[in-house]
Amino acid sequence: MSVIVLLIGVSVLVAGSFLAAFLWSVKNGQMDDDYTPSIRMLFDDEINTTKK
Amino acid sequence: MSATNCYHCGTSCESTIQIEDKSFCCDGCKLVFQLLDQNGMCQYYDLTQMPGLTAKGNFKSEKFNYLDSPAIQDQLLQKISNDQALVVLYLPQIHCVSCVWLLEHLNKINPGIIHSQTQFDKKEIKIVFNPSLISFKELVQLLAFVGYEPMIHLGGNDIINKKKVNRKQLFKIGIAGFCFSNIMMLSFPEYLSVEAAELGVLRPFFIYLNLFLSLPVLFYSARDFFISAYTGLRQRWLNIDAPIALAILVTFGRSVYEIITQTGAGYLDSMSGIVFFMLIGRWFQDKSYDSFSFDRDYTSFFPLAVTQLIEGKEMNQPLASIQKDAELLIRTDEMIPADAILLTEGALVDYSFVTGEHAPVEIPLGQTIYAGGIQKGRAIQVRVVKPVGQSYITELWNSPALQNEKNNTQSFVHPWSQYFTMVLLLIAFSSGLYWWWVDASKILPAITSVLIVACPCSLLLTVTFTYGNVLRWLGKSKLYCKNTSVLESIEKVDTIVFDKTGTLTNHQDTHLEFIGDALNLDDQIALKSITRESLHPLSQLIAQYFSTIHPIVSVESIQNHLGKGTRAVVGGKEYLIGSIHFLKLQGVSITSDIKGSAVALSIAGEFKGVFKINHIYRKGLGQLFQQLKDKQYSLYLLSGDRSTEQMYLASILGNDVPMYFEQQPEDKLAFIEKLQSEGKHVMMVGDGLNDAGALKKANVGIAVTDQSHLFTPASDAIIEGAKVTTLAQLIDYTKKGKLVIVLIFILSILYNIIGMYFATRAALSPMIAAILMPISSISIVSLSALLTFLFAKRMNSQN
Repeated sequence: MSVIVLLIGVSVLVAGSFLAAFLWSVKNGQMDDDYTPSIRMLFDDEINTTKK
Repeated sequence: MSATNCYHCGTSCESTIQIEDKSFCCDGCKLVFQLLDQNGMCQYYDLTQMPGLTAKGNFKSEKFNYLDSPAIQDQLLQKISNDQALVVLYLPQIHCVSCVWLLEHLNKINPGIIHSQTQFDKKEIKIVFNPSLISFKELVQLLAFVGYEPMIHLGGNDIINKKKVNRKQLFKIGIAGFCFSNIMMLSFPEYLSVEAAELGVLRPFFIYLNLFLSLPVLFYSARDFFISAYTGLRQRWLNIDAPIALAILVTFGRSVYEIITQTGAGYLDSMSGIVFFMLIGRWFQDKSYDSFSFDRDYTSFFPLAVTQLIEGKEMNQPLASIQKDAELLIRTDEMIPADAILLTEGALVDYSFVTGEHAPVEIPLGQTIYAGGIQKGRAIQVRVVKPVGQSYITELWNSPALQNEKNNTQSFVHPWSQYFTMVLLLIAFSSGLYWWWVDASKILPAITSVLIVACPCSLLLTVTFTYGNVLRWLGKSKLYCKNTSVLESIEKVDTIVFDKTGTLTNHQDTHLEFIGDALNLDDQIALKSITRESLHPLSQLIAQYFSTIHPIVSVESIQNHLGKGTRAVVGGKEYLIGSIHFLKLQGVSITSDIKGSAVALSIAGEFKGVFKINHIYRKGLGQLFQQLKDKQYSLYLLSGDRSTEQMYLASILGNDVPMYFEQQPEDKLAFIEKLQSEGKHVMMVGDGLNDAGALKKANVGIAVTDQSHLFTPASDAIIEGAKVTTLAQLIDYTKKGKLVIVLIFILSILYNIIGMYFATRAALSPMIAAILMPISSISIVSLSALLTFLFAKRMNSQN
């Protein structure tokens, strides 16, 4: 049963790393704008063709 | 030559300017197209059909000269390194995918631009550029050239602060969510009531881990509730956060007690869950309209810098440094920043900002021009007579009537939460009393259980989610409220005051009407030929009036009498076009007594009639006023205009609407004050600076704008011009919001009764608490979303 202690510890760590990732993304400003990126993804390909 | 749409901006036009198969409405649009074409940027046109903005093509490069001044640059630019500077600009014109594409590929046009990134919903662009390759002024000019003229104002730092607050809230939610879900998971053995012996060492491990995880929730995520409750209590006032803070503390305290005495696992899951849900509710409610600014004062309308003439030399000076007696150069379309005396001829001032009267006024030499007017004629020189802060319009802003902030109307939820707290304490006390009688050991469990389970957070959740939803649905109907307390103010309104110009009429549409003898074709051709030469706005209106008349004939002689009118000879006949006074001076006897904005006409010395400027009223006004009257609102109309249209207005709005004309801005303000002193709860619907005082003073000030990017004065809400006529439904909908809240309160009271049943019997197991909490929260949230959606659908079907 004592393996559960280890497993719980690991699971909390994994979840904690997700939390850390979230906090980092907020701090990094990734949550500041939740609309423009959805527009921006529309025109990436075309630019490459015009560059060539 | 047929009517087509401009390839760039979509304006329908009689195209004369063509490149290959593409037609353009003006040279400006063509130039923008050519610029984009040269740089291989035609994807701009593929993403959206006719995405462009009508290139005015007439912006003066001197307009941006002030941007070269280091004092201004210091405030706007952030220097990253020697060859990199960062600027954040507000571009209200951003409206489609193509806009984003073009703005983010500016570096193709000018290599000096290193990187540009837009924020669509904030209508902002962040540009990193190399000041040694492209100056800030050139950058702004380029933006203006492609149609995105930035609105530059100082005080951009507020935006950055707001962002930080926003991020903090996300931190709190993230941490609360993480702790909540882990505590939930670790509490599973407790829910399943696994035998303690079976778990052995695991049980204390789980429990202490839970306790550890709950600490950040209590000390970090829930901090705002404690702070708000504490400040409330210090002002001897029990706000809605007080019972919540109490519940959190009691839950945590009891849990710690149970854990230490090893009598149970506590209710840490419920506690962190409550905090998590409430934080989400707050966040949902606070997510407002970033691209609107509700708190503008006059400084946002005024230019940042002006051209001062010092010993004949033009110098760009920050507005704040302009003193009395400074001589300023005001160019076409620039605003007069301070009350000043006119030194050169040619002043043609549009005071629509100040008075609401739209027709430009000609100012004779030596007269005072008031701040807030926009020069429409050629460049003029003026001498400042009053510093900016003491000018007529700015003084209004600083008037004592506006100094006291709008006393925040207490939300109707607060008394509820007070009763709720009272009843809660009473139940807790009496159950404690009962157990003192029966079994003293259960006094504390019973009392704490009552406080834990009777979640005042359902009140808060209901309010935050419902008002958040209502705000969003109103936004979809183009009424943008500043925050949720505006919604409660709208519910209380019993008196609505309307402005006329720009509110009931549409700013962009003016309609010219000729009153007088019928004109024959020759006269019409002559008039068009004369008026199309002049840049005077009224003259251009007349030329437009005859737009269907062809051809053009040559004008034999033309004399412009500045500020009065024009005398021209065509085909040997003398035409006089101008003010009535001008015609009289020329010896024409006037047989008509037209008031208001009118241009008189005489041909060969004989008075023919006047061109009268009518505003076009929005459609559906009669219906709107009828609906509002049916709902027992008192309605008033205030107008800065003369009373020429009173009869017509009465025929649309009804005879029982009191109308007041020639109202100065301070009259409007005083009128609102008077209504308020009679105990009325006033809503003011208006636009422009002339209504700014009234909008600010009224309990609810709604600014009307015909272009969502136009500057609006400080207000509580912004409505799109075309939607003014749906105001009755919109008000009705906010009232429905209150109904929804009351309904959900009743539901949450049911939940509380169930919880109380267990709590007062001192039989509240952590599992019951853990089930009841999410069920009540989730059902409240979804019911609120459902009801607000249904009511919104009904509102839209009525429109």
